[in-house]
Amino acid sequence: MGSSSPVEQVTGLLLLACACVSVLTTVGIVAVLLTESADFFAVVPLRRILLDTQWTPLFADQHFGIWPLVGGTLLTTACAMVVAIPLGVASAVYLAEFASPPVRRALKSLLELLASVPTVAFGYFALMMVTPTLQQLLPGVSSFNALGAGLMMGVMILPIIASLSEDAVFAVPSSLREGSYALGAGRVATIFRVVLPSAASGIAAAIILGISRAVGETMIVAIAAGQQPQLTADPRQAVETMTAYMAKVSMGDTPAGTLEYRTIFAVGLCLFTMTLALNLVAHHLRRRVLKGTMG
Amino acid sequence: MTMSVSRSAVMARAATLRPTRPSFAWTGEDSLRVACATALMLPLLLLAVFFGAALLDAWPRLNLTFLTSMPSRVAEDAGILPALAGTAWLLVLTALLAIPLGVGAAVYLEEYARPGRMTRLIEVNISNLAGVPSIIYGLLALEVFVRAAGMGRSVLAGACTLALLLLPVVITATREALRTVPTTLREAALGLGAERWQVMWRVVLPMSLPGIITGVVLSLSRAVGETAPLIMVGALGYVAFVPTSVQSAFTALPIQIFNWISRPQAAFHSNAAAAMVVLLLLMLALNALAMLVRRRVQRAAAH
Repeated sequence: MGSSSPVEQVTGLLLLACACVSVLTTVGIVAVLLTESADFFAVVPLRRILLDTQWTPLFADQHFGIWPLVGGTLLTTACAMVVAIPLGVASAVYLAEFASPPVRRALKSLLELLASVPTVAFGYFALMMVTPTLQQLLPGVSSFNALGAGLMMGVMILPIIASLSEDAVFAVPSSLREGSYALGAGRVATIFRVVLPSAASGIAAAIILGISRAVGETMIVAIAAGQQPQLTADPRQAVETMTAYMAKVSMGDTPAGTLEYRTIFAVGLCLFTMTLALNLVAHHLRRRVLKGTMG
Repeated sequence: MTMSVSRSAVMARAATLRPTRPSFAWTGEDSLRVACATALMLPLLLLAVFFGAALLDAWPRLNLTFLTSMPSRVAEDAGILPALAGTAWLLVLTALLAIPLGVGAAVYLEEYARPGRMTRLIEVNISNLAGVPSIIYGLLALEVFVRAAGMGRSVLAGACTLALLLLPVVITATREALRTVPTTLREAALGLGAERWQVMWRVVLPMSLPGIITGVVLSLSRAVGETAPLIMVGALGYVAFVPTSVQSAFTALPIQIFNWISRPQAAFHSNAAAAMVVLLLLMLALNALAMLVRRRVQRAAAH
C-alpha cells in the first residue's frame, strides 16, 4: 500500500465512504427512532403504553395503549400467513421437485414479476375486489377489514416464501432422495419424510422473513384494513396496524415536535424492533442451513 | 461443497431408480403434483383476473387527456400529469444518487476491502438494511432530510429516501456483476503495471457494466412503485403543478393512486385503476429494458 499513488489512495477512500453510507443509514435509523421515542417516553411512561388497551393519541382523551396497533398488525399478518405458508411451500415443492427445467424457469420469472407488483396495487385489489367477494361469502364483513387486506398481503408475500423455500428444498442433497428411493419409498413419502424435514430450517427462515415483510407492509393495510385501532381477533372487522397508523399521522397535518407527532417514532421503534428480531432469527436459521450443507 | 451433478441428471437417475408403475394409474404422486401446481398457479390466475377487472374499469379513462391533465375535483376531468412528472423527477434523482453510492460501495467490498471486522460489519449491515420496512426509511428521511437538512417536503427529499432504500439492492446486484469478471483479467492488467483504480476503470467496470445496468434498472422499477416512504416524507395527495426544481413539492403515481382509492366515489376509483395501469406499464417498460440489456449481453458473450 505504501507505494500506491495519490489517485489510488483517494479512490480507495471515496469507495470506503460510499460503503459507509449504508452503515450511517443504520446508525441514523436507530438514532432517530431512539431520540424521538425517548422524548415520547419522557412524557408517557411505559406503564401507560403497555397497561392500556386503547390507542387514541389524536383524541382529546389521549390513551397510548399500543396493543390495539400490535394486535391489528398480528391479525393481518396471521391472515396473510394462512395464505402464504401453504401456497408458498407447495409452490416451492412443485418448482424444486416436479417442474421440468423450462417450466421451472418460466414459473420463477412469473413469481419475480409477481414480487415486483407495487403494494399500492395489491391494496387496490384488496379493497375493490377481495372485500366485496368476502362480503358476499361471509356475513358481517365490514368494508374495511383485516381479512381482505391480510389475504392480499399473503399473495404479496407468496413469492418470497416460495423462492426462499425452493432454495432450501433444492439444497437437499440428492443422495438423501436416492437413499430414500433405494429403501423402497415412493416419491410422495420421500418428499414428506425426507426432503421437507431436511429443508425445515430453510423453510422456517423463509416463513419468518415472510412474516417480517407482512409486519412492515404499509400500503395494503392502509388502504384496505381500516383505521380503527381496536383489539379484536375477528378478521372481518376493521383494524389499524402500526404501519397504517404511521401513514395516517404523517398524511394529516400534525405539527413536528408535538406529542402526537412523536407517537409515530415510538410506534416505528416498536415496528423496527419486531422486524429486526424476526430478521435475525431468520438469518441465524439460514446460516445453520449453510453450515449444514458444508458438513 | 460442490454440486457438480446437474439437477436434471439427478432427476433422470432418480426416475430410473423408482419402482416402475403402469402409466395410466392415478397415484398419490400425481395428486401431490397437481396440488402443488395448483397452489402455484391459483394466486397468479387470481391476480390475472383482478388485473383484467381493473383494466376494464380503467379503460374509458385511459387516453391522452388523462396523461396530460391536472388533478381535479371532478373525477372525469382529473389527470395524472403532476404525478407522472413527479415520478420522473424521482426516478432521475434517485438514479443519480443511488448509482454512484451503490456501485462505489460494491466496488469497495468486492475489490478493495480486506477481509476483517470492518468489512464484515458493512456486509452484515447491508443484509440487515434490506430487511428494514420501507416506512422506517420514511421516518429517518422525515427527521434527517426533511427537517435537519432543511430540504422540506421536496422532491429531493423523496429521492434521497428512495436512494437509501435502493442501496442494498444496487450494491448486491453490482457485486454479482463484478464477480463475473474473471480474476485473470485483473491480474493481467495489474501485471502490465496498472494501478487498482485503473484496473477498475478500464477493465472491471466496462466488463461488468451490462450486469450493473440490469440490476440498477430493476431496482429503479421497484422504486417507482414505492409509496409508504414517500407518504412519510410528505408527498402530497393533491398537486396541481409540475415540479420545476429539486425543491418543489411533489406527488408521485403511487401516491396519486392511494389518494384516489381513499375517496368514496366510484368515479375516482376508476381513475385509480387507470393510474395503476399506467404505473404497471411504466414498471413493465423498465423491466423489459433490463431484460433487453441482459439478453444483448448474453448474446454478445456467446459470440
